Amino acid sequence: MEAILYPVTVLGGFGLLFGILLSIASNVFKVEVDPKIEEVLEALPGANCGACGFPGCAGLATAIAEGKAPVNACPIGGQKVADQVAEIMGVSAGAVDKKVAVVLCQGSCDKAKDKFVYEGVEDCRYETELADGAKACSYGCLGCGTCYDVCQFDAIRMVDGVAVIDKEKCTACMKCIDVCPKGIIELVPYDNEYVVKCKSEDKGKEVRANCSIGCIGCRLCVRNCPSDAFTFENNLAKINYDKCTNCGICEEKCPTKAIWTSADKEEKAAS
Amino acid sequence: MKLFTILVSTILVNNYVFARFLGICPFLGVSTKMETATGMGFAVTFVITLASAITYFIQHAILDPLGIGYLQTLIFILVIASLVQFIELFIRKTSPGLYNAMGVYLPLITTNCVVLGVTILNIQEKYTFIEAITSGFGASLGFFLALILLSGVREKLELADVPEALKGVPIALISAGLMSIAFSGFSGLV
Repeated sequence: MEAILYPVTVLGGFGLLFGILLSIASNVFKVEVDPKIEEVLEALPGANCGACGFPGCAGLATAIAEGKAPVNACPIGGQKVADQVAEIMGVSAGAVDKKVAVVLCQGSCDKAKDKFVYEGVEDCRYETELADGAKACSYGCLGCGTCYDVCQFDAIRMVDGVAVIDKEKCTACMKCIDVCPKGIIELVPYDNEYVVKCKSEDKGKEVRANCSIGCIGCRLCVRNCPSDAFTFENNLAKINYDKCTNCGICEEKCPTKAIWTSADKEEKAAS
Repeated sequence: MKLFTILVSTILVNNYVFARFLGICPFLGVSTKMETATGMGFAVTFVITLASAITYFIQHAILDPLGIGYLQTLIFILVIASLVQFIELFIRKTSPGLYNAMGVYLPLITTNCVVLGVTILNIQEKYTFIEAITSGFGASLGFFLALILLSGVREKLELADVPEALKGVPIALISAGLMSIAFSGFSGLV
């Protein structure tokens, strides 16, 4: 009995003794830290995602309090957090240019053809290693849900084999963008309602053969855009989001419906 | 006379860095500038001397009578870690500049093997209380000396024309090795 009792009591006793001594010492030698740091830390989301470029929320809070980072430096907190932080720091926040991530592919199971049946590990990064994945289109979303797995904010859903990002839940933390092996997730301005949801640089004929909703490079959008917001290169139309006025003409003209709008869907959901 | 012998032995002959090769991590880590080297030296001196006294007391008053001397390593590490924590609090309050300069190396004294090495060797050598403290003090002075010497060399190295491949840590390691060889010249002293 003693063989167990002595070591346990001695070790436990010393641990307790040192613990108490240290807690007393930490009170005696207390250092006053800038109270703003803690207040800012409270206001920040606390996700520690690192999207701001600082080591966690505490790192950003220290940088903001010391004036080394702007009050709207938290990309996921958006306007709300920026306003709160600005109030603590006593400055005005200014408008935050809010962005959201969008998956640039609509090639769901019924629309895009497959090259072969993939039955490997359920991870897009593995599937890509095998002949660029099972999709006939080498640019398309593989639908294994790797982005769904990394999203901390429950913003990504897998619908018919394609990832769809909820605009309202997305915080633009860029986790999915980093992890997507196809590089088809991009940040677009939140206020922008029209996106070319295709990344295929194949020729129109190939795109048509592989997928019914890809950009075939017909340039109807480029010709019909009243504000000259489209650029066309590598058989793919692109919207210049600074120039786009959300008029919606491109979406009407697009023969394959590769141009996607978030406004339309919201209306449908409302009605 | 024995105390003097112990002091000379631990500082020069059995220098913990150059002869026993303990504490190499902080030795290379904080020796880039004389200022941080001095700070680290003082912190280590304080920790080792105090740790020698406390661990001696613990070993002879508690562990040996209860027959649990095998807990030595565990208890000593606990003592050292607490001491380091205490010193960190103390330095943070009294000298924020030093606190920032020492950065990550201050908590690293916890795992500085010189501290544990000295305290355990004190028990093995069957030193008396005074001898143990002297040995601890000497060991930390030896560590201090090594740090100061190397930081002096490294400050000069900044200005020297070092071959591209040897710049930085390689030349510091070479310097440290040469100093170690030089210190082996003390071996006949005691």
